[in-house]
Amino acid sequence: MEIPKSFLGYKRENGRAGTRNHVIILPVDDISNACAEAVANNIKGTIALPHSYGRLQFGADLELHFRTMIGTGKNPNVAAVIVIGIEPKWTKRIVDAIAKTGKPVEGFHIERTGDIGTIMKASKKAQEFSQWASEKQREECPLSDLWISVKCGESDTTSGLASNPTVGNLMEKLEPFGVHLCFGETSELTGAEKVCAARGATAEAKEKFMKTWNAYNDFILKEATDDLSESQPTAGNIAGGLTTIEEKAFGNFQKIGNLKFIDVLEPAEEPTKGKGLYFMDTSSAAAECVTLQAAGGFNIHLFPTGQGNIIGNPIEPVVKLTANPLTAKLMREHVDCDVSKILSREMNLSQAGDELIKTMLRVANGRLTCAEALGHREFVMTKLYRSA
Amino acid sequence: MSQPDLIIHDEKDNVGVVVIETTKKGQECNAWIMENDKTVNVSSINEVPLGHKIALQDLKEGDTILKYGHDIGKVVKSIKKGEHVHVHNVKTKKW
Repeated sequence: MEIPKSFLGYKRENGRAGTRNHVIILPVDDISNACAEAVANNIKGTIALPHSYGRLQFGADLELHFRTMIGTGKNPNVAAVIVIGIEPKWTKRIVDAIAKTGKPVEGFHIERTGDIGTIMKASKKAQEFSQWASEKQREECPLSDLWISVKCGESDTTSGLASNPTVGNLMEKLEPFGVHLCFGETSELTGAEKVCAARGATAEAKEKFMKTWNAYNDFILKEATDDLSESQPTAGNIAGGLTTIEEKAFGNFQKIGNLKFIDVLEPAEEPTKGKGLYFMDTSSAAAECVTLQAAGGFNIHLFPTGQGNIIGNPIEPVVKLTANPLTAKLMREHVDCDVSKILSREMNLSQAGDELIKTMLRVANGRLTCAEALGHREFVMTKLYRSA
Repeated sequence: MSQPDLIIHDEKDNVGVVVIETTKKGQECNAWIMENDKTVNVSSINEVPLGHKIALQDLKEGDTILKYGHDIGKVVKSIKKGEHVHVHNVKTKKW
């Protein structure tokens, strides 16, 4: 298949391009959710991103909170942002950082005004942003404007056999076009950690990966009250035939094909070393992982599933594929790309990779994913430890 | 290129994955090795569902299960060639 050299995206002020054109209402903290949701309800063409945190966090956990908030606002799939927080200082910090992209952003704080006054002021600005964004047109953008993140979920052995290698095949085919790529799931590389580290493109990348994985593993060993075998693999994984975390990890690892990763990113960190594959330190919980990758700037996501994970994200379209013929049949409304014919050998891996490229480009050009059509907007902040 | 009953990732592997809805007891299974495109046969002792593994050789307690050509865990209860391999007879070496 000849791979198309471009897609239709929204060009942004900072040179990036989006596959979506969202106007988001971003609450800084949990207690500002009601206000943000009221504004999104008032003004059509906007979406609120409610979440559970943002108060009394400190240290690395607070930094991660800000990085996620700011990164979400900066993502090129977002045209404009309304930020609403309880206090002015943290609200302003987020607004100022998002404003560096050049996109319209305005902040509102609730203290001394109350919900109703804030909703009125923010709604007026949100209306302005929504109507402004609605005039943006899709334009031809080079393939290199795609920043593709990947994560698998509700995996079973068909993931490692076929759907994850299909993603790997896509990566191998698209890397030469200069795309950015990202995989994560620190915990689910357990058992394959040394094989994964060996895929670091430089000694520094290898070392950084092992340091990240070791830090995670030390934490698990310190906190675990059992051997994690209730969580890793999950009951769904076991039902699907996965027996151990090692088996799950080697299956997971198929998603990067034969590529090497050039750097290791902190959760929600934006890559700065140019095109190529990055590893991001993330949880393996689907919504947390995709939220962090979207905050890192990735604008389209590929999600292979075995038993049928249904996750979506409010700003980054999540393209789902499965190689499990039962999932493809029983959960059809969740499957964007069916590659189950690999198992019956009616389709080879390269053909499956081509199918996935076609599906992904249709979504990049504007086709709604199954998760978008079904209203999945899981926005889940990663929290490192308890608040003060 | 007939439809396989089992797929084996790597020539070194001692387990194969069922890719039909379920195997029947005593079913002679056709197993395709992805790595070298060869085919081997194994008789399924149990009814094994889609996605689950079948042993390609006799394995004893302490043996290592190889899949993708890599170590994915240890045998904790002896396994016969053709038997279902899962959490009842294999455990992680981590944790």
